[in-house]
Amino acid sequence: MSLPSSLTDFSLAEARDAVHAKKVSSKELATAFVKAIADARPLNAFVTETPEKALEMAVASDVRIAHGEARPLEGLPLAIKDLFCTKGVKTTAGSHILGNFIPPYESTVTQNLWDAGAVMLGKTNMDEFAMGSSNETSYHGPVFNPWRARNSNQNLVPGGSSGGSAAAVAGNLCLAATGTDTGGSIRQPAAVTGTVGIKPTYGRCSRWGIVAFASSLDQAGPMTRTVRDSAILLKHMASVDPKDSTSVDVPVPDYEADLERGVKGLRIGIPKEYRIDGMPPEIEQLWQKGIDWLKAQGAEIVDVSLPHTKYALPTYYIVAPAEASSNLARYDGVRYGHRAEGAEDIVDLYEKSRAEGFGKEVQRRIMIGTYVLSSGYYDAYYARAQKIRTLILRDFTEVYEKVDVLLTPATPGPAFGIGEKTADPVSMYLNDVFTVTVNLAGLPGIAVPAGLTENGLPLGLQFIGKAFDEATLFRAARAIETAANFTAKPAHWWRAA
Amino acid sequence: MSKTIKGQTGDWEIVVGMEVHAQILSNAKLFSGAATAFGAEPNSQVSFIDAGMPGMLPVINRKCVEQAVRTGLGLKAQINLHSVFDRKNYFYPDLPQGYQISQYKSPIVGEGEILLDMKDETIKVGIERLHMEQDAGKSLHDQHPDASFVDLNRSGVALMEIVSKPHMRSSEEAAAFLRKLRSILRYLGTCDGNMDEGSMRADVNVSVCRAGGYEKFRATGDFRHLGTRCEIKNVNSMRFVQMAVEYEARRQVDILEDGGTIVQETRLYDSKANETRSMRSKEEAHDYRYFPDPDLLPLVLDQAWVDDIARSLPELPDEKKARLVKAGLSAYDATVLVAEKESADYFEAMLATGIEAKAAANWLNNEYFGRLNKAGLAITDGPVSAQANAAIVKMVADNTISGKIAKDLLDIVWSEGGDPVAVVEARGMKQVTDTSAIEKAVDAVIAANPQKVEEVKAKPKMASWFTGQVMKATGGKANPGVVNAILKQRLGLPED
Repeated sequence: MSLPSSLTDFSLAEARDAVHAKKVSSKELATAFVKAIADARPLNAFVTETPEKALEMAVASDVRIAHGEARPLEGLPLAIKDLFCTKGVKTTAGSHILGNFIPPYESTVTQNLWDAGAVMLGKTNMDEFAMGSSNETSYHGPVFNPWRARNSNQNLVPGGSSGGSAAAVAGNLCLAATGTDTGGSIRQPAAVTGTVGIKPTYGRCSRWGIVAFASSLDQAGPMTRTVRDSAILLKHMASVDPKDSTSVDVPVPDYEADLERGVKGLRIGIPKEYRIDGMPPEIEQLWQKGIDWLKAQGAEIVDVSLPHTKYALPTYYIVAPAEASSNLARYDGVRYGHRAEGAEDIVDLYEKSRAEGFGKEVQRRIMIGTYVLSSGYYDAYYARAQKIRTLILRDFTEVYEKVDVLLTPATPGPAFGIGEKTADPVSMYLNDVFTVTVNLAGLPGIAVPAGLTENGLPLGLQFIGKAFDEATLFRAARAIETAANFTAKPAHWWRAA
Repeated sequence: MSKTIKGQTGDWEIVVGMEVHAQILSNAKLFSGAATAFGAEPNSQVSFIDAGMPGMLPVINRKCVEQAVRTGLGLKAQINLHSVFDRKNYFYPDLPQGYQISQYKSPIVGEGEILLDMKDETIKVGIERLHMEQDAGKSLHDQHPDASFVDLNRSGVALMEIVSKPHMRSSEEAAAFLRKLRSILRYLGTCDGNMDEGSMRADVNVSVCRAGGYEKFRATGDFRHLGTRCEIKNVNSMRFVQMAVEYEARRQVDILEDGGTIVQETRLYDSKANETRSMRSKEEAHDYRYFPDPDLLPLVLDQAWVDDIARSLPELPDEKKARLVKAGLSAYDATVLVAEKESADYFEAMLATGIEAKAAANWLNNEYFGRLNKAGLAITDGPVSAQANAAIVKMVADNTISGKIAKDLLDIVWSEGGDPVAVVEARGMKQVTDTSAIEKAVDAVIAANPQKVEEVKAKPKMASWFTGQVMKATGGKANPGVVNAILKQRLGLPED
């Protein structure tokens, strides 16, 4: 195995093997990433850096390794989206309303990672309460995409809501990161930063200790530089959790072991409804390229139809705000987080604290959610949206009698400029047009880098799988990864900044 | 108060329905592992879930579900194998999540019934539904001059909301409903029924309609035959329920007779002033924006599990009463004895010694309960055990002591304790049935009162005077039956 020249260029798998083989110490890795993060502050990918914690955990890992007690992720430095509650480490969900909230508990997913030996580098920036597709709704300011268009100095968004995690992975500021995905918040930023991101089946990862956005849609997942890395990380994030009633007791397979099985004989569906009006030719061509690659590797391509796809985005923008309006009611300035000064009475305290604490996009969604649940409108909006959800899931169930997995574009376009879409919420919402359907159906979806635009910006393809069949997604994504041979890297322009 | 109110313009009928919040008897809360003990230090029984911390998720407590099912079965109600938890959204400092988890559209228990034993009739009150929900915390407004404090110990405690149909027709029936429901819950062990600790609170819906309206409602199910109702919130005793209904019905009749209309609203009962006051009208009511809680899956029960619970159900008041009546008790005595679980248990413990039911019931109702009431003691706090009382009844039954001595004996055991049999032995309280000793005493009384002997011959009813004198002379220990027989023979009175 030829190792990269810089420690921060290691993939998670490479670092794991090197650490286990004692070729590299965990402390060396942690030190390298701590420095890379400090150098990359212009990207604003992290909201909280935890260098002391990283070194402390790394040193402890090195002791275990020396004693021959290495665990699967021993000494591997990771970045954690700021939506995960981390014990003793400030957790803000990208919002002002949480103030300096320091959780006295650790989310199940991150606890699983620490139990597997991983090392925490810090908390990554994100859209406020995971509401956004560009990381521009964060109270901590926007994140810049490590990628820039060829011959351009314009700062681009990293996608969202897991924009900080995506930027940290793409900019080699960590070996891998955690993200969460409610409507595309892992896959869309992964696609526009040239990284891999998977939203597992709903129930695969525990939601306990993750600040809730829309409970019936939220799922945690890995964001990595390679498909193999996602396979490794998901294995150690996933678990059934007695503290989350919606987590599901299904064995978590060794995804990595199955990775190279190829796609020969795999039936891959191409849903015609994903060919949307106004889709850029680049996306169309990329999709066709993906089809050709898979066909060349022996997959069977099947044209299929998911007739209710067009209702997915509006349905999502009813269900998600409705749940959010209720989930965010607990941020009231009474027990923790931001509390407004000078309130006259309790109602005034609520109104002032929430007006000051929540940003515009969050307020917009709370209002939409409150409206669609209010008496007289519930049946017209929320109840109907739930019925459509059932129809959307039925579309998939029927299609999965004919195919094993579906291939679609991941996003309708590449990374766009900072501020380009903030004035028009609907154009922003359209970024998730290919991803929200998967959340509504509770199915797993993976975004994998597949090529560059003419301007040299990354684009991704998406596979959608059957429930709890992430293994097939990894295999299929690996096939694309191999064929695309996506080796492009963003120039590290921020180091000079 | 009867079922009708006489007004100036005619007769009015009272119609009452009730929503009772009963705290489920369980060591842990509905969706968290925090403890539920009453009277703990403020905020000492609060989990991260109960405090509405970010990222916390509810997990249903199986014990609470079992208790709700047990209650449903005790109310002879339909158990819904599929039920759903919803969120009821509103802001209040003692509601940390910003919503209460409750069952709105699909409750765990459907229709059932409760029988009320009123003076002259037994009334069947329909149960509409029973659902589970979280309790809120408590706001404390009296701790600080310009701040309110919040105690979250109750936050997340499991409640059953039991909703009756509007089948009660008087304030007595309303109070009887609450009393009977409490009794059933306590028999079942699903709620301790401590109203002064807030374990049971009633919301009472009162309306009045013109005479005949209720019958039309029952015949058609059409609520338009009933008047507009007002809901009186959080009434916490049987007596207050009765007083609140009386006041409220009268208030509504007065308004209607003055040509006014009743506004549907929530009212508060002020027990000091004995009146109800408006809290908020229907227009001010919250829009709770109910929707299914996405953190919880629908609650699906296994019929076999429900059947297991059904098999483990204890004997309930109605069944116990029927059994006691069959054993010889009057309906009245049986009703009194089964009303409180503790009385019933006490009585059963007496019967377990093998004494006769009727004698035991008479003794309890006439003697022991009287003494308890006078001393202001609950049956569980009384100084005489069921076994001791049973021993006294047994000694009366087999003529070891007289009924009069029995009362003295109870006084002794009450104040000094001790085994009644041993006390009787030690203090020579045994009844004298030795005829020669009694004959001697009778003869002595006759010899000493020649005047009275003449009088009794003319007026045989005066024989009881002689009985009293003989009993006095024997220190009450003579068997009264034997005394009477000898007296009649000696005085030459006719046998009865």
